[in-house]
Amino acid sequence: MTWHPVASSADLTYRTTYHAQILGRELVAWRADDDAVNLWENRCLHRGSRLTLGINDGAELMCRYHGWRYANRTAGCTYIPAHPADAPARSVCNRTYPVAERYGLVWGSVEPQDSGQAGPPALDLLEAGDPTPLRPIVVNAPPAKVADALAGYRFQPSAAVTQRPGAAADWRSYRSPEGGWDVATVERDELRVTLRAADGDDETHLVAWVQPVDAHRSVIRGVLDARPPAPARLAVLRHHNHLLSRLRDRVEEQAALEPVPEPIQVEIVPVSVELSGMPELGAGRRAPLRVRVARKWSAAADVAGFELEPVGSPLPGFQAGAHIDLHLPNGLVRQYSLTNGPGESDCYRIGVKLEPESSGGSVCLHETVREGDVLAISAPRNNFTLSRASERTVLLAGGIGITPLLSMAQTLRQSGLAFEMHAFVRDRRFLPFGELVTSFGDAAVEHQGLSPQQTAEEIGRILGEHTLSAQLYVCGPAPMIEATIQVADELGWPEESVHFEYFANPTEIDDSTAFDVALARSGLTLRVEPAQTVLQALRAHDIDMPSSCEQGACGTCLASVLEGEILHQDVYLSRSERAAGDRMLTCVSRATSDRLVLDL
Amino acid sequence: MAPVASPCTDPVVLDMWHPISAVAEIKPGRVHTTQLLGSPVSYTLDGDGRPVVWRADPALRPGMPVDAARITERLPVIDRFCFVWTSYGDPPDRLFSIPEFDESDRRTFAAASIGVHTSAPRAVENFLDMGHFPYVHTGILGVEPHTEVVEYDVDITDDNEVVATRCLFYQPLAALAATKGQMTEYTYRVPHPYVAMLYKTAPPDPSRLDAIAIFLQAVTEEQIVAHNFLCMVDHTNTDSELKIFQQKIFGQDKPIIENQMPRRLPLAPRAETPIRADKSSITYRRWLADLGITYGVIPEAA
Ligand code: FES
Ligand SMILES: [Fe+2]
Repeated sequence: MTWHPVASSADLTYRTTYHAQILGRELVAWRADDDAVNLWENRCLHRGSRLTLGINDGAELMCRYHGWRYANRTAGCTYIPAHPADAPARSVCNRTYPVAERYGLVWGSVEPQDSGQAGPPALDLLEAGDPTPLRPIVVNAPPAKVADALAGYRFQPSAAVTQRPGAAADWRSYRSPEGGWDVATVERDELRVTLRAADGDDETHLVAWVQPVDAHRSVIRGVLDARPPAPARLAVLRHHNHLLSRLRDRVEEQAALEPVPEPIQVEIVPVSVELSGMPELGAGRRAPLRVRVARKWSAAADVAGFELEPVGSPLPGFQAGAHIDLHLPNGLVRQYSLTNGPGESDCYRIGVKLEPESSGGSVCLHETVREGDVLAISAPRNNFTLSRASERTVLLAGGIGITPLLSMAQTLRQSGLAFEMHAFVRDRRFLPFGELVTSFGDAAVEHQGLSPQQTAEEIGRILGEHTLSAQLYVCGPAPMIEATIQVADELGWPEESVHFEYFANPTEIDDSTAFDVALARSGLTLRVEPAQTVLQALRAHDIDMPSSCEQGACGTCLASVLEGEILHQDVYLSRSERAAGDRMLTCVSRATSDRLVLDL
Repeated sequence: MAPVASPCTDPVVLDMWHPISAVAEIKPGRVHTTQLLGSPVSYTLDGDGRPVVWRADPALRPGMPVDAARITERLPVIDRFCFVWTSYGDPPDRLFSIPEFDESDRRTFAAASIGVHTSAPRAVENFLDMGHFPYVHTGILGVEPHTEVVEYDVDITDDNEVVATRCLFYQPLAALAATKGQMTEYTYRVPHPYVAMLYKTAPPDPSRLDAIAIFLQAVTEEQIVAHNFLCMVDHTNTDSELKIFQQKIFGQDKPIIENQMPRRLPLAPRAETPIRADKSSITYRRWLADLGITYGVIPEAA
């Protein structure tokens, strides 16, 4: 794999873009704030706009034409502003090229990356000292011709430029080595020339590369093996600049005598077949609302808070415990509980815990989505409702599970009703929305760093005996919810007084069976095939059924069952609700009988 | 650097009508010369103010006086919509229609003719595109966060024109006569492979539509002159204010579309990445392919 210098490191300043070119191929080079250098095809995948016109915001490069954003390092498209709702469910990724920084130059290759080579081969000569790049010289001539001419380049050792009296005036000339300078071409390797100029013990090496921009365009990029001392540095750089410019003039004059070669034709790599069609309008989960990220902040060590304000129509109202579906720019749909207090409907606030191991919803929100972005959301839905008619309300939160409970706590506080909130966290830094929690004063208690066993014991102590009309709300990781349900049961809390909300369904879903579903009201019978859900079968027949999490955790797709045996696979229904056998979640649950009759 | 253009050989394009100049820009009895489809053409107005067009003759240099009556080898010519149209081949009897042009209370005029280093189809596509408003015409035709392009309809009419309807976009200042942001509804029309039009609600009278068109003169495959044509209901602004507004908008598009690579419009579906907002451009590309146009495009490899 052949590496070519494409820029000086100094050319790639933060928040700018740089137009680079190798063998006719246009490239955009840009440096992210984390100092990663990107070298990509200089074409937006959307409509072919040059990305050098784009905006480098430090983490992403945004195309000027329609605002598509491409991520640092991966060049994956992270945001398509024209469709905040439908999100590129397809992975759009720009073409990246191998890139490296060495000797004050940025290097790239238009050949495919071969894993062994992280950059151009190291040169002992430049590894040792403090390599200093010269000003690049653009030459309108074929690269090989320029390299030929460079082999005959003669210059003074840096010390000779700097030490002579009146050196400032001397940079213009290369004086023949009357003093005994020994100038030689040490090595020539296609587009690289290594030269040495010596004056007794003073010697200067220059390694010069010819960047093959196109068939008739080259850039000379030279690197001195040592950095000339400060006062004379400028004189040395000028010395080379002057002599190399003269060399350029000579080469260009000669090249003008010969026919100009055709520019190199580069092939534009076609996009993948999946990307070439227009995506269909997404069916199923709907996201009719548009919100703008008005504020994004760190709500705990691993939690980002988002404040979402309406774009266009005002936001609908919500109840304590409600959640929204958020349609992410990477095509995923995720549920988040609103943390808002009652009546705060000018914006929605949610907390997103970073889960690097998950399928990318939280990573996308943490890393890609930023203030100003438009997102598509569903209207709030509530399947975790708060009863206000109780004498005792206990809110048990595990980690990020605190979010719906925050909304409940504020509602209760607003109504002057007492509540006890208990937040279980690893340590204080991981308490989401700590300020809000603190504002509850004595009503909120933090429990830090408890083991699962200790947590269960602590929950037992908190709950105590069930008293008339006491209600318990718990949200957190699955083991914590399971432990709570068990502890409450042991303490004699009736099932109806224990309300829980899972983030996710930990059940391994069995979808291997096939059965019929009869719809009592529509007079329709459908077949549910293996690997298909009841919900999908309904939608395939244009039966409108709302859904949200589609994994049996949120309860949105609940249907009444009139006949048949249900295989419950959700974590939404309580034990007795399951036993009653008159309701099911159509997104995961199935039939154990041959046939179900639904009240639809 | 640009290679010398070779004259167009695309029979479909040779048979089309092409705009070459605003009538108002022509000095009667003087030679004017421009480039069309890679070949020079000259034109003037005769004694009755009627345009005369002929293949350029080195003996009749631009600016020279000429007696139109003595030009015998003439090219077909139409004087329509404030512009002179000509053809190298056998053009249809009539140009496409713009019914609004004949409404008596409208102001119709040529707004600006601007050279752009791109192909005519790239310019048509840009004209049909709403998604770029917040980024290219920031604060005028669009503004963040109102970036969404909602579903709209695209059809090919019985007259074989591409028409996009129900195109809604939030605009902070859709027209000169607008004072505050609003959802603006557009209708787009491509009545000719190198012509695009839009209709949008005229702020002073929401029941009527301003019509704006660009007539593209393909100088070469990758070099055009975009002739702007306005047909306005707006009576609050002067012609020159409207012209300046249109020039400003087009001036914002020019550097963007000059940096689209390749310059010729690729018709192969896998050349670029369409999204739903690009429905009109996808239809336009297919329509060009169906018409058999090869000039200014990169046809899909057979
Ligand atoms: S061309 Fe880059 S966003 Fe459309
Ligand atoms: Fe535009």
